[in-house]
Amino acid sequence: MWQAIKRLYHKLGSPKWFYQISELWSPWFFWVGAILMSVGLVWGLAFAPADYLQGNSFRIIYIHVPSALLSQSAYIMMAVAGLVGLVWKMKMSFIVGKAIAPIGAGMAVLALLTGAIWGKPTWGTWWVWDARLTSMLILLFLYFGVIAIYNAIENEDMANKAAAVLSIVGTINIPIIKYSVEWWNTLHQPATITLTKKPTMAPEMFIPLAMTIIAFYCWFAVWVFARTRNEILWRERRTKWVRQTLGLSE
Amino acid sequence: MSLYALLKRDLLIAFRNRGELFNPLMFFLMVASLFPLAVTPDPQFLGEIAPGIIWVGALLATLLSMDLMFKGDYEDGAIEQLLVSPSPTMLFVLVKVLVHFVVAGLPLTLMAPLLGLMLSLPESGFAPLMLSLLIGTPILSLLGAIGAALTVGLKKGGMLMPLLILPLYIPVLIFAASSVQAGVQGDPYIGHLAFLGAYLAMSLVVAPVAAAFALRISVSR
Repeated sequence: MWQAIKRLYHKLGSPKWFYQISELWSPWFFWVGAILMSVGLVWGLAFAPADYLQGNSFRIIYIHVPSALLSQSAYIMMAVAGLVGLVWKMKMSFIVGKAIAPIGAGMAVLALLTGAIWGKPTWGTWWVWDARLTSMLILLFLYFGVIAIYNAIENEDMANKAAAVLSIVGTINIPIIKYSVEWWNTLHQPATITLTKKPTMAPEMFIPLAMTIIAFYCWFAVWVFARTRNEILWRERRTKWVRQTLGLSE
Repeated sequence: MSLYALLKRDLLIAFRNRGELFNPLMFFLMVASLFPLAVTPDPQFLGEIAPGIIWVGALLATLLSMDLMFKGDYEDGAIEQLLVSPSPTMLFVLVKVLVHFVVAGLPLTLMAPLLGLMLSLPESGFAPLMLSLLIGTPILSLLGAIGAALTVGLKKGGMLMPLLILPLYIPVLIFAASSVQAGVQGDPYIGHLAFLGAYLAMSLVVAPVAAAFALRISVSR
C-alpha cells in the first residue's frame, strides 16, 4: 500500500506521466460531468418543486452553490499544491497551482454574479455588505493577488514560490468565509447542505443539486488538466518526448 | 546580541530620516481632512463615519510606509548578510516589524485622538479607537512584512503591494472599525477587540515565518 502511494507520488512528479494520464482521464471526467450537468440542470430547473418561501427564484441554486463551493475548495487546492511544491520541491505541483488560480477566480466571479441575480428578487437588492458576500469578494481579491504575482515576477521559479507563499497565507480567509454565516447573523441564509448532517432540503431538490456540484468538480478537473498540459508542453518544449508527441520530429 | 544591534541601528536610521517618519502621519492627517470637505462638514454625520475614516486612513498610511521595510537593506546588500548570519531570519523579520510598529503604528495611534476631535467623534469612541489601533497596527506591520518581502526585488513592487496585502487587512479593518462603532453607541466593545487580538496572535505566528521565507525567495535570484 505504502509502496503504491510512493510510486504514484513519484509518477505525479513526472510531467510526461502527468501529460499522458491526464489525456486518458480527461474525456471520462468530461462526459461524467456532461451527463450529470444536463440531468441535474434539467431536473433542477424544470421538474424540482418550487421553494415554499422563494418560489422559482431559488432555482439559481443549481449554479450558485456549486460555483461558490468550488471557488473555495479551488483556493484550498491551490494552497495545498503550493505547500507541496515548497516542501517537496515538486515542480508539477507548482504548475497545477498556477493552472488553478484563474479558474478559481472565474468561479468566484460566477458565484458573486449568480448571488447578485438571486439576491435581487429575494432581498430586493443586487448587493449588500453582508459578511458572506464581503468575504467572498475578499476571496476574489486574494485570487487577483496570486494571479498578479505570477504576472509581475519574470523568473519562473521565484514566481512559483512567491505565489505559493501568498496563497498559503491567504487560506486564513477560508474559515472566515465558511463560518461568516454562523458567526454574524446577517442577510445571507446559512449553508443549505453540509457533509456531516442530513440535508434539510427535499430529496427531489437536493439530488439534482448534488449532481450539478459533482459535475462542476468534474469539469474543473478537465479544465485544470487542460491548462496544466499546456504549461507542461511549454516548459518541456525542448525535450524529446514533447517533440515526438506533437509529431515535430521523427 | 546582533538582533539588539540591528534594532538599535534601524531605530536610529528611522529617527534620522525625519521625512520618512512624518510623511505617513501627514498623509493620515490629509486623508482625514478630505472627508469633511468632500462629504459634509456636519458634525453629527461626521461623528458617525469617523471610526471608518480614521481606520481607512491608518490602513493606507501604513501601506505607504510598508514598501520601505526591507528596501534599504536589499539595495545595499545588507539583507544577504542577515540571511547568512546565525540568528534565524524569523527574528530578523520580527525586529523589522517591531521597528515599523514603533515608527509607523505607534505615532498613528498617538495621533488618532486629534483626528477624532477634528471629525467630532463622540467621547465614548476614543478609548476603543486607541485600543483598536494599538492592537491593530502591529497586525498591519506583521502582514505587510509578507507583502514587502515578496515584492522587495521587483521594480513595480510599490503597485503590487496593496493588491497582495489589502485582502489580508480587511478583517482587521472590519473588527477594528466595528469596535469603535460599538463604543460610540455605548455598547460593549471588548468582543470586537478580542477578535482583533486573536487575529494578532494568528498573524504573529504566521507572518514572520512566511515573510522570512518570502525574503529568501526574493534574494535567491
